[in-house]
Amino acid sequence: MPTRIKLQADGTFVLAEDPFTHVGDDAGLPPGDVIISLTRFQAEGDRLLSEGRSVGVRIEPAEEVETLAYDLPRIAVVAVAFPKYRDGRAYTAARLLRERYGFKGEIRAVGDVLREQAGFMVRTGMDAFEPADGSTPEQWAHVAHRQRHVYQRAADSRLPAFAERE
Amino acid sequence: MYQYDTLDKEFLADRAAEFREQVARRLAGEITEDQFKMIRLMNGLYLQLHAYMLRVAIPYGSLNPVQLRALAEIGRKYDKGYGHFTTRQNLQFHWIKLADTPAILDELAAVDMHAIQTSGNCIRNVTADPYAGATAEEIDDPRVWSEAIRQWSSLHPEFSFLPRKFKIAITASAKDRTAAKVHDIGLMVRRARDGTLGFEVIVGGGLGRTPYVGPTIREFLPANRLFSYLEAVLRVYNRHGRRDNSYKARIKILVAALGAEEFARQVEAEWEKVGAAGDLPDTEIARIRGAFAPTSFDTLVNRSEAFEEAKAADPIFARWARNNLRPHKRPGYSIVEISLKGIGDTPGDASSDQMDLVADLAERYGQDDIRVTHEQNLVLPHVKLDDLAVVHAELRRAGLATPNVNLISDIIACPGLDYCALANARAIPIAQDIARKFENQDRAELIGELKIKISGCINACGHHHIGHIGILGVDKKGEEFYQLTLGGSGAEDAAVGSMLGPALPANRVAEAIDVLVDVYLRERQDEERFLDTVRRTGVAPFKEAVYADAN
Repeated sequence: MPTRIKLQADGTFVLAEDPFTHVGDDAGLPPGDVIISLTRFQAEGDRLLSEGRSVGVRIEPAEEVETLAYDLPRIAVVAVAFPKYRDGRAYTAARLLRERYGFKGEIRAVGDVLREQAGFMVRTGMDAFEPADGSTPEQWAHVAHRQRHVYQRAADSRLPAFAERE
Repeated sequence: MYQYDTLDKEFLADRAAEFREQVARRLAGEITEDQFKMIRLMNGLYLQLHAYMLRVAIPYGSLNPVQLRALAEIGRKYDKGYGHFTTRQNLQFHWIKLADTPAILDELAAVDMHAIQTSGNCIRNVTADPYAGATAEEIDDPRVWSEAIRQWSSLHPEFSFLPRKFKIAITASAKDRTAAKVHDIGLMVRRARDGTLGFEVIVGGGLGRTPYVGPTIREFLPANRLFSYLEAVLRVYNRHGRRDNSYKARIKILVAALGAEEFARQVEAEWEKVGAAGDLPDTEIARIRGAFAPTSFDTLVNRSEAFEEAKAADPIFARWARNNLRPHKRPGYSIVEISLKGIGDTPGDASSDQMDLVADLAERYGQDDIRVTHEQNLVLPHVKLDDLAVVHAELRRAGLATPNVNLISDIIACPGLDYCALANARAIPIAQDIARKFENQDRAELIGELKIKISGCINACGHHHIGHIGILGVDKKGEEFYQLTLGGSGAEDAAVGSMLGPALPANRVAEAIDVLVDVYLRERQDEERFLDTVRRTGVAPFKEAVYADAN
């Protein structure tokens, strides 16, 4: 079974088995848990969920997380896409999912996902990663924990500097 | 000067340690130059024509003597004994070896400095009024807000991969010395009728290929709501700014496409959702305010006999005093501008020895305070009138007493084709030609305030659009040509200049400036500055004179 790096509740990173299959819009649906596009979810989501599968939705940078708002409780994974590492829209998407919509499921970074981004990804609420650079959970942990202090409130539980100082 | 606490220091130390590892991986060949690019651009390291260039952040242009000496030392040890002050109030080293950069960042961190976010598509070094804390004009000290923004924007998890770079400037004076209206965000400190402190928020100004003077999207933002509002602006931009074409990716393009009103509406809608959770507690702003080392001024009278006598005795000193001093808020003190525009020098360059001298003067006569202006000069913001003669004498010995601030030879120029891979033409030699042409200080003073700004390419790092005279280098079939614009301004009367006519070859630029000046001296009425005359007469008489031979 394929794997992805998972951030666990205790703050550690592990290589975890991935029960989900990414399925393209034109591909046939395999049995089991799937991650599909927003378009496909809007067309087929109800049926797939009624079959008892877990369903994940892949959000492209130009797609707005707001469109998913009412479906979030029944979605297991939101995969936020990085077509290029330079495209930073997924950070906003993840943060809104956590902070504004209270999404509790997995937010998975997919695409051009590099370990140098780990700190930003974790802070905006992403908790699963499919690295494109072959990096390991140890390397992700190293980067994510590199800065002992952060200056902003974000979607993680870290205390910002101004609160640490109090 | 803001005093870093343990937390601020550890933040920089961690960042420097990370970069050391990353450079090691690059040098070991574990990552490609392309993968390394993302890393180095987050740390101010560029690959230029001849070498790496390291851009060190000087937050809001504020330095203490220890920091300036550290920069001098880095210049000596790792560069060719000098540094280049930029229009973002930063300092660039142009001859850096990659293998030395981790040591340089460590040395910077040791004096509370860094190169974080001096490049890349993130929130860049925040700039502020170089006279902050010294001018009577200001409503509040903009450094407090600048420092708060520096912290908030450092490694911001959501806004480090924006569509394009993002620049914020803050001024608290009616006279704008930050070019706030041509920034992605310009903040102008305001006080409401009831005394509440706040900001006028200007968004979507900019230079580059498509220059805009930014529109005001909020007349008054209460100061305690600044950070939620910034979050809203940045979020709207991060989501909706163009990413398909890097030349159309700045926020100015989004604001222009939506219209200022619609953009403002989207920001307000997002701001409402962000709510007060996005704001910094008042206690933190108060802490930052308190962490600025207090300046203690002596109680003095307005008139200094020593100063008056020195002016009467020494015409060179008197000329310098006329042109390079600005009024201080306290009686008996002055703001001193140190010109880095010596005739024939490279605008903005300072040698390590010169930096050391300025550090010494700040320590002895200037309350340990040094500023960098966006016009690429240095400032000693708090000097006693009594000490000016000795400060001047020391500056003069070091070649730092050119009495030309705001005059025709106080030119902004980008590094141009001498250094930069993007440039189409050289900028520095053009600046030097013009400065030499107007070497005669009597003539320069007769001409009065005249801001010439030169860019070596359309990216406009030399701010040519907002020069009273702007000069843009273009490439015409492999030859360097220069396009002139007139009537621009980056101050409170901000405007983008109008094109004068066809581009001129390099050897005709200084001569053309001379012609423009002659037209001005002929046409000017009363106390008009060059800019005022251009605005009154339009470009026509100037154009006619410059292109007379061609007809």
